Amino acid sequence: MGIEKLSFLPRAVGVKKAAGQPAVSKVSSEWTWKDRLGEIKCRISSFRMRYTVRPGLYAVGEPSVESDVFVTANYKLSFDILRRELKGLNVWIIVLDTKGINVWCAAGKGTFGTNELISRINETNLHNVVTHRRIIIPQLGAVGVNARIVQQRTGFRVYFGPVYAKDIPAYIRAGHVKTPEMRLARFNMLDRLVLTPMEINPAMKKFPLFALIALVLFGLQPSGILFKDAWEGGMPFLIFGLMAVFTGAFITPLLLPFIPFRSFAVKGWLTGMIAVFVLMKGIELWYYKSLLPLAAAYIFFPLASSYIALQFTGSTTFTSMSGVKKELKIGVPVYLTATALSLLILIIYKLSQWRVI
Amino acid sequence: MKYLVDVVTLEFFQEKCTGCGRCIEVCPHGVFLLRDKKAFVADRDRCMECGACANNCEFGAIKVNSGVGCAAAIINGMITGGPPSCDCGEQSGSDCCG
Ligand code: SF4
Ligand code: SF4
Repeated sequence: MGIEKLSFLPRAVGVKKAAGQPAVSKVSSEWTWKDRLGEIKCRISSFRMRYTVRPGLYAVGEPSVESDVFVTANYKLSFDILRRELKGLNVWIIVLDTKGINVWCAAGKGTFGTNELISRINETNLHNVVTHRRIIIPQLGAVGVNARIVQQRTGFRVYFGPVYAKDIPAYIRAGHVKTPEMRLARFNMLDRLVLTPMEINPAMKKFPLFALIALVLFGLQPSGILFKDAWEGGMPFLIFGLMAVFTGAFITPLLLPFIPFRSFAVKGWLTGMIAVFVLMKGIELWYYKSLLPLAAAYIFFPLASSYIALQFTGSTTFTSMSGVKKELKIGVPVYLTATALSLLILIIYKLSQWRVI
Repeated sequence: MKYLVDVVTLEFFQEKCTGCGRCIEVCPHGVFLLRDKKAFVADRDRCMECGACANNCEFGAIKVNSGVGCAAAIINGMITGGPPSCDCGEQSGSDCCG
């Protein structure tokens, strides 16, 4: 993908010239409406994949040879959040080439890493830009950055700064000391809410396939597919399907700490089950003239919600790989068996309708 | 918020620890604390296996099998037979420091 071509050169508000140095673009700490629009697009779509900043050295305010140096990723939203929080400060920013991915994920992949940092320090000639030897890395970058190697190879001592950029001014005022709170990754309701579009989108991408299968299954007759049957029989299932996406991708993430049990799969199942139970009140028994489709719905949809909820582990700040593996080890066989079972029940239902059995 | 109990692979060898405090500086979940000039594991179940501590402990006092705690990534790994790998661009819009 032509990341280079699409990458933004942050709107320079001037140039900063250090003695004997090539000019450095100066950037504003203010956000324009374009920056805001960009943030919204990143949060709800795959636009994030191409929202990048050119790697290199930038100046905020009027930094001097004594000013702090902050490091960030070249995902433009990461860069924007950092420069916004640096308002009123005079500092340098080094943007690493993380292929447009945020610090946390890029550190896990190693692109926000020791080698990239060392080569960027050398390439930007940081030794001549500042006289001190401190460099401040976002704490969550510590997964990819080995402080000892950076110091050995460049002479710069790595300080792992606060987890959140908004704590930077207080961190600097305290003389590069973090309070215990500044070290902790939080995950409050608002954090979770803004992540839900990224859960709903992929789940809804699979919805048409599910809808097709449900409609065909209900519409199927020995003589062909009956549109009326497909619609009448399939409709409640489509509603159940939407509900499973809603409980798995929205309700469970949002209410995460308030739903009992620690397992995401169990949380998702629970919310799904409650929703199926409530919706069932709306479908009276005579609708299908059989208990079988209802039984299939009770088996399948809470588990669909559970599976979708499990996907949210990818966006949290506290789920461990071993934990998710354990959930999957138990969950995947259950999901597969239950799906097969509900299909079987529906097939028996169809056959009994056709008076085959 | 805590995740599952007693699943993480975090191992700590106190005899190697010099009490430098790096692990405390980098851990986003306050798993380590300092006592009598040595680190100790204060809350193991909060560990998310990110690996920041082991990566930055110069004295090899920490071992952890780190990786992404992400269902899609692990399923990917199961299918391809490789390590869990995620397409992070599609994932977490985390607005963490940077
Ligand atoms: S980083 Fe290693 S040596 Fe330093 S306090 Fe932690 S465990 Fe001990
Ligand atoms: S692996 Fe990460 S979460 Fe676990 S103790 Fe180390 S730094 Fe903390």
